[in-house]
Amino acid sequence: MADVKKMATRDAYGAALAELGEEHEDLVVFEADLAAATKTGIFRKKFPERHFECGIAEGNMMAVAAGASTMGLVPFASSFAMFAAGRAFEQVRNSIGYPHMNVKIGATHGGISVGEDGASHQCCEDFALMRSIPGMVVLCPSDAVEARAAVRAAYEYVGPVYLRFGRLAIPVFHDENDFRFEIGKGETLRDGKDVAVIATGLMVYEALEAAKALEAQGVSARVINICTVKPLDTELVLKAARECGRIVTCEEHSIIGGLGEAVCAAVAESGIPCKVKRVGVNDEFGHSGPAVPLLKQFGLSAENIAKVASEL
Amino acid sequence: MTQAEKRDLEIKATRVRMGIIEGTHAAKAGHPGGSLSSADLFTYLYFKEMNIDPQNPHDPDRDRFVLSKGHCAPGLYAALALRGFFPWEELLTLRQIGSRLQGHPNMNMTPGVDMSTGSLGQGVSAAAGMALAAKHLGKSCRVYTLLGDGEIEEGQVWEALMLAANYKLDNLAVVIDKNGLQIDGPTKDVMDSGDLAAKLRAFGFEVMEINGHDYDELEAAFKKARETKGRPFGIVMHTIKGLGVSYMTNSVEWHGKAPNDAEYEIAMNELQAKLAELEAK
Repeated sequence: MADVKKMATRDAYGAALAELGEEHEDLVVFEADLAAATKTGIFRKKFPERHFECGIAEGNMMAVAAGASTMGLVPFASSFAMFAAGRAFEQVRNSIGYPHMNVKIGATHGGISVGEDGASHQCCEDFALMRSIPGMVVLCPSDAVEARAAVRAAYEYVGPVYLRFGRLAIPVFHDENDFRFEIGKGETLRDGKDVAVIATGLMVYEALEAAKALEAQGVSARVINICTVKPLDTELVLKAARECGRIVTCEEHSIIGGLGEAVCAAVAESGIPCKVKRVGVNDEFGHSGPAVPLLKQFGLSAENIAKVASEL
Repeated sequence: MTQAEKRDLEIKATRVRMGIIEGTHAAKAGHPGGSLSSADLFTYLYFKEMNIDPQNPHDPDRDRFVLSKGHCAPGLYAALALRGFFPWEELLTLRQIGSRLQGHPNMNMTPGVDMSTGSLGQGVSAAAGMALAAKHLGKSCRVYTLLGDGEIEEGQVWEALMLAANYKLDNLAVVIDKNGLQIDGPTKDVMDSGDLAAKLRAFGFEVMEINGHDYDELEAAFKKARETKGRPFGIVMHTIKGLGVSYMTNSVEWHGKAPNDAEYEIAMNELQAKLAELEAK
């Protein structure tokens, strides 16, 4: 796989903002002193008059963006996931979620793959926090192609959207030319009948790799990409439950409150007999280290997905 | 301001105070104390200062008001009702199931409310965002926000003030209702905020300290706010919590408590007497 093109979804985010900014004058960006890392700097270079630096004050930034949206602007407010969803949770809940503002939260550096910065910056709780806000759409693209499409879809959608992007360069496996994205729709990347691997974010590529390994063992694995963590494509999930009878969920997030629990709830309430196992971060904090070995250490790898699936 | 104009505003403010008592009495809950200390400001803003039209509450070019101290919603609602945004009788539905008048302001339910607030420290940020956006869009509208002197203990307030000065938001007026009392006691005992005017100046604001119950001073402050260019304007408004109702005046107890039937009678009789006195002038 050495020749697979790699790109971080945060880079796709910055590029997509700059591209959309060309088409839409009402698109503005709010940033909390991380433009070089969140990649909103790409947008700032092109549209400096539409990029508003808020300083290191994420809670204030969210409510400022909310106020700006009431004047007809479409703000993308950016920071690391830890601070956008974590530190500013209550501002997002009360000033964006409750009034259902047309504000997009561009959160980069989600998950363990932040790497060397360690646990203080490795947010594995953002899905749980953002899913709990009524009316909030939660998106987590699996590669740069999907990230670009998700940013566009978020702009076009009227209402609050939380977008989670990653720091790590990951394989770009979608084909830009025929890719279609719709909020709320999952994507079946590979058909299979023995087990369904339902993944989000950078775990989607790992799920595809795991499916290949499982095939070699004679296990037919379906792979479903869930970019829209909320609202969940329940129809697609239950179809998988019905047809495969076994589901493994995969996310670079705590197993508490994320995609895995959303799938468990959907399956349990449907009454369809189906075993579910969650691959994610097991109620613990991360730590410093290079991203790729860290992901492996936390079981966020194709090898572990294949192991869990074959044992289910 | 002429004596007739002043008398007219005083009559309206007395009606706003009656609305606060009627609403909180009917709701058996709510925050009369701070609503009463801000009643003259609400009246001045909605009847004299702001460019608003009750028939067109979503006019994109209207002036905006953000009640950052959202718990004083009874005062805002009474001013909005008196100005014609919705029927006066609706004040009696305050805090009830199915009412458009939530315990704290909801912009999607109540005509005339420009921002949903209630969690202290957030409204001032939203107001700064509105002012920033108005400037960016080349709109001439102005943005007003009202904070409590307890509310300014929230760190986010100072983040918002920094941003307002940084972006030279001279279309923004930040008013602090310095009534000196918060839930746990006098603000100077709970968390002494020191010299608020000096703090605002240090944050890059042009500042005036006024008596928040004096219409000449309110007029002078907002006139100066409109004339000030290149920096946001701060008004430290000295007020008396609970003003207008004898037993609520300067009392911590009446921060967040509704009058019972007997207390309601006393309050309404006092306000009726005040109204009669003003109308006879």
